[in-house]
Amino acid sequence: MEILVCVRRVPDTSENEIQLSSAGNDIERDDLVYSVNEPDNYAVEEAIQIAANAGGNVTVVTVGSEEDEEVLRREMAMGANQGVLLSDDAFAGSDGKGIATILKALVQKGHYDLVLTGTQAEDGGAQVGGMLAALLDYPFASLVNAITVLDGGKLKISREIEGGNREMSEIDLPCVLSIQTGINEPRYVGMRGIRQVASVEIPTFGTSDLGVDPASVGTAGAKVKRTDYFMPVLGKGAEILQGSQEEIIDQLIELMKAKGGLN
Amino acid sequence: MDFQLSDEQLQLKKTVREFAEREIAPNVMKWDEPGTFPLETIKELGKLGLMGTIFPTEYGGAGMGYVEYVTAIEELSRVDGSVGIIVAAHTSLCSNHIFVAGNEDQRRKYIPQLASGEFIGAWGLTEPGAGSDAGGARCSAVRRRNTWVLNGTKTFITNGHYSDLAVVVAVTDKTAHTHGLSAFVVEKGTKGFRSGKKENKLGLRASDTSELIFEDCEIPAENLLGHEGEGFIDAMKVLDGGRISIAALGLGMAQGAYESALNYSKERKQFGKPISDFQAIAFKLADMATEIDAARLLTHRAAAMKDAGMKTTLESSMAKLYTSEVAVRCANECVQIHGGYGFIKDYPAEKFYRDVKLCTIGEGTSEIQRLVIARQILKD
Ligand SMILES: Cc1cc2nc3c(=O)[nH]c(=O)nc-3n(C[C@H](O)[C@H](O)[C@H](O)COP(=O)(O)OP(=O)(O)OC[C@H]3O[C@@H](n4cnc5c(N)ncnc54)[C@H](O)[C@@H]3O)c2cc1C
Repeated sequence: MEILVCVRRVPDTSENEIQLSSAGNDIERDDLVYSVNEPDNYAVEEAIQIAANAGGNVTVVTVGSEEDEEVLRREMAMGANQGVLLSDDAFAGSDGKGIATILKALVQKGHYDLVLTGTQAEDGGAQVGGMLAALLDYPFASLVNAITVLDGGKLKISREIEGGNREMSEIDLPCVLSIQTGINEPRYVGMRGIRQVASVEIPTFGTSDLGVDPASVGTAGAKVKRTDYFMPVLGKGAEILQGSQEEIIDQLIELMKAKGGLN
Repeated sequence: MDFQLSDEQLQLKKTVREFAEREIAPNVMKWDEPGTFPLETIKELGKLGLMGTIFPTEYGGAGMGYVEYVTAIEELSRVDGSVGIIVAAHTSLCSNHIFVAGNEDQRRKYIPQLASGEFIGAWGLTEPGAGSDAGGARCSAVRRRNTWVLNGTKTFITNGHYSDLAVVVAVTDKTAHTHGLSAFVVEKGTKGFRSGKKENKLGLRASDTSELIFEDCEIPAENLLGHEGEGFIDAMKVLDGGRISIAALGLGMAQGAYESALNYSKERKQFGKPISDFQAIAFKLADMATEIDAARLLTHRAAAMKDAGMKTTLESSMAKLYTSEVAVRCANECVQIHGGYGFIKDYPAEKFYRDVKLCTIGEGTSEIQRLVIARQILKD
């Protein structure tokens, strides 16, 4: 099975204190530590496991710049067979549909039976998977937390429903799935893997390689634009608890009791 | 001159940090108090290739160098120095002694098992009566036909109790002083070989420090490591690498202490503002950051020289001396910045304070490092 996993490099919230930029429409990006978007890492692990069990090949792709190559190499060191970087000045400022348009072009260039994305980017809005499926006219399932390969070009998939219920479905290949964290336990990257992929060439494709109209992507094609970015003001509805960890826990429990969330 | 880690080295640093934060950090205090050896975690590190970072891939290693190795030790020690010293003693003392002094058969036999973490290694030089003066060892090895017979006791041996094999330095010719010492590989389960007292320590409590006892312990002649009479000379060469790893151990703990002090100083409010607003605290942080940077440069320089195949006796000792003393100062200031909370086990400060002290003692005390440095700079 040929599997494509779409991954993204995001600011690592465990390593950074996120602050607003002085312009107020983005976060301060200097000195940020980035890592692979967590749900994407689960998607790659799932792809590696499927390929190991059912046979196949895993490609990881990201839309971004040279700096984003780092996450491709990470996922390749983990076990993905190859990486592809989709990079072009015209891609900058893409909205969800723009990213999906770029990815669609890559999917159509190759022959992928299965396309996986993370459920959502930690700094995004869970748009790309669904849009990509629609643009490709592929079936789509979101929030997937288990996959079994069936005979006859089908997968059995499971999805967690609000309240903890599970829904099982069958889906035809080729399809797009968005993967939830918890579907597996991603392996750690080993030293040998890091060494093996350190000098592997990662192909880069731009608008002309992909046959993408520059006007349909990037800032030019974006119909959703971020206008503001802010931290909620403290006050009614937004309170930051102060004190040591223990004190904060106690206050939180008291609050939850007071509001009827705990009894 | 390049002061940046390569993309590959950054990838390694991230990977080790991720592992340390997820798999080690939650257990640090659980292991510390009872002195629980983190065997499972060490085996996991083996699977990731971190128990054989510096050995070529044809021997089952990761095929990397000392810069990568010290980066890994730093990241492990930033979270738990105990894990750092376990990996360090295993890799740059035990395994590396076999790799550097051993013949091809010995390398092929032992390095793959050690590099994969299937075997844990220990390295025994110190004796009750021979610490700084390691050349004064009394543990003896006597040739008997096709075997060597070992008698004596090694003390303070990291991984002693959990090791599957130990490299041991013993006297083979009493009249030849430091040229009368030889090194041997002794496997666990050999008759007459056992681990003795497990030390109850101030710090690095999850690491194991034990006696190794030899009573008419008979080992095959082919377990002689390197040439007869050159065990001490080889041990000193091994320490050139080992000391870089103790520098990395100190560096990681200094970094961990600094980060926890930095975060705490921004959160803790007194007199209506974060204590980091007080110059007295901010200057402590500035000194810590500066000294840690200098220590890292010394450590990376020694590692890079080693990778370039250069002799590093001077640079290893400088890195080890400076970094250990920086680590002790940083851990001290970390407690101070935490105030009373620095004295309490709920915060990592007190553990760093206990753990760092080993760095000015193990693999040659600070005094001995100064002796080595002085000898090097005064020799011509
Ligand atoms: C946790 C831990 C792990 C260890 N792991 C290992 C291991 O894996 N393998 C191993 O072989 N050893 C190991 N050691 C032993 C360690 O290397 C020795 O403790 C160290 O070399 C000092 O020896 P000593 O303890 O006998 O102190 P001593 O040599 O007795 O030193 C006592 C004091 O005298 C000073 N001193 C001694 N000689 C001189 C001199 N000539 N000039 C000036 N001052 C001097 C020392 O600096 C020190 O301050 C370990 C020790 C510890 C605590």
